[in-house]
Amino acid sequence: MKYLLLKHYRGAPTPPGFVPMDQWTPEEVDAHIKFMYDFGSRLEKTGEFVAGEALAPDGAWVRYDGEGRPPVVDGPFAETKDLIAGWMIIDVDSWDRAVELAGELSAAPGVGGKPIHEWLEVRPFMTAPSTVTE
Amino acid sequence: MNEPLLRELVPAVIGVLVRRGADFASAEDAVQEALIRALETWPDDPPRDQKAWLVAVAWHRFLDIARAEAARRGRELAVEGEPPAGPAPATDDTLRLYFLCAHPALPGSSAVALTLRAVGGLTTRQIAAAYLVPEATMAQRISRAKRRIAGLPLDQPGDLATVLRVLYLVFNEGYSGDVDLAAEAIRLTRQLTALTGEPEVAGLLALMLLHHARRASRTGPGGRLVPLSEQDRSRWDTGLITEGVAILQAALARDRLGEYQAQAAIAALHADAPSTQETDWTQIVEWYDELLKLTSSPLVGLNRAVAVGEADGPQAGLAALARLSPDLPRYAAVKAHLHERAGDLAQAAGLYAEAARAAASVAERDHLTRQAARVRQLLRP
Repeated sequence: MKYLLLKHYRGAPTPPGFVPMDQWTPEEVDAHIKFMYDFGSRLEKTGEFVAGEALAPDGAWVRYDGEGRPPVVDGPFAETKDLIAGWMIIDVDSWDRAVELAGELSAAPGVGGKPIHEWLEVRPFMTAPSTVTE
Repeated sequence: MNEPLLRELVPAVIGVLVRRGADFASAEDAVQEALIRALETWPDDPPRDQKAWLVAVAWHRFLDIARAEAARRGRELAVEGEPPAGPAPATDDTLRLYFLCAHPALPGSSAVALTLRAVGGLTTRQIAAAYLVPEATMAQRISRAKRRIAGLPLDQPGDLATVLRVLYLVFNEGYSGDVDLAAEAIRLTRQLTALTGEPEVAGLLALMLLHHARRASRTGPGGRLVPLSEQDRSRWDTGLITEGVAILQAALARDRLGEYQAQAAIAALHADAPSTQETDWTQIVEWYDELLKLTSSPLVGLNRAVAVGEADGPQAGLAALARLSPDLPRYAAVKAHLHERAGDLAQAAGLYAEAARAAASVAERDHLTRQAARVRQLLRP
């Protein structure tokens, strides 16, 4: 079963004791980055990693505006409450395993090497209809 | 099996098929299929004459495709058997393929893909892996590109500037998957240098060699970005530097300066310096001034401001920066660096954090976040 883990720049509830990353020490930043890197490689080894990318914060809402007209572009998203920072797709055996992994990812170290308790969003993929139906 | 050697044969084999009357698109497809078969069978059963093997297999494959096509259209096949091969030397074909694959009518990503396949002799699968896109997507990109240039004669003089830009794009893509695109770009540019003798081609080759020489020192554990000032210069490849400098000097001596030669001159001055402090920043600023006359790229102005900051002090650097648009990518990062050098740590820390938020790559973002953290630490009582 595939799940999408979403990390937000904005829009997730603020975890207790939140400190912005640029106010950490360089060693704390390094430890955090190493944790994230190791997490990805560990999931590759367990055969649960599918894909993952980080997203730049800028972007815009775009929609069709009728024949012969350029699309309407609304943005950058200064007013948007929710802004996704990155995503990872995992392929695991159960919802429980997806939650377990998200929990581990959320325990990435921050100030003083303590877990940052960041809220991550976990979303199941819709599946293809199964071959055997009765 | 020597795969780079096999790949070198690909453009010449395409050339043979085209001279025998095949259209470029079908010839290229047929050679790609022959190449894939060579990669599968040669390790166990190497042919005596590799090029003859590729030509024979590709030609038969082409005839199969053409016959099937003719049957589908219900008419006779015009090309039959073994037509006379033209006497044109293979090197001309290779140069023409560079021009055709990097045709100005093609978007950059298509020109890159087609060049890597038809001139570089890479398989669609390898190119797709290197650019992290599905193989079917890359196959479509290549066949759309070929449709777009269909009917263009192979013997037209091409646009060298577009070819160089395509090779530069390949080089900058760097390294992912099982193909080292930087090394491949160097191989193709080296081959092109031998085919044309244009000083700008040599300039691009020198630029690539000088940057490649520093590759090992540019990233730390976990892909961490190491800035020039902190790189372990003992890890720079002196052999590549020597070669790059020699190629650059020969190109500059011909007195037809271009932007790649100017960029290579800057890279050579860095490669020549034992440390950031001992770098000839005054000469680097002069080269940036030359570069500004040759290109309209505003990024040159940003890099020049950094160099001015080193040559004439951070205030002069900030003054140079003030003349540029704050909307430029990496503007905040350069401003942060100059403010830090000027001793204005509070402003530098805020700017590094701002630059991290605007960074376009994860490695750059992490590096700038670390810079912000480092400067904030200096500010703590």
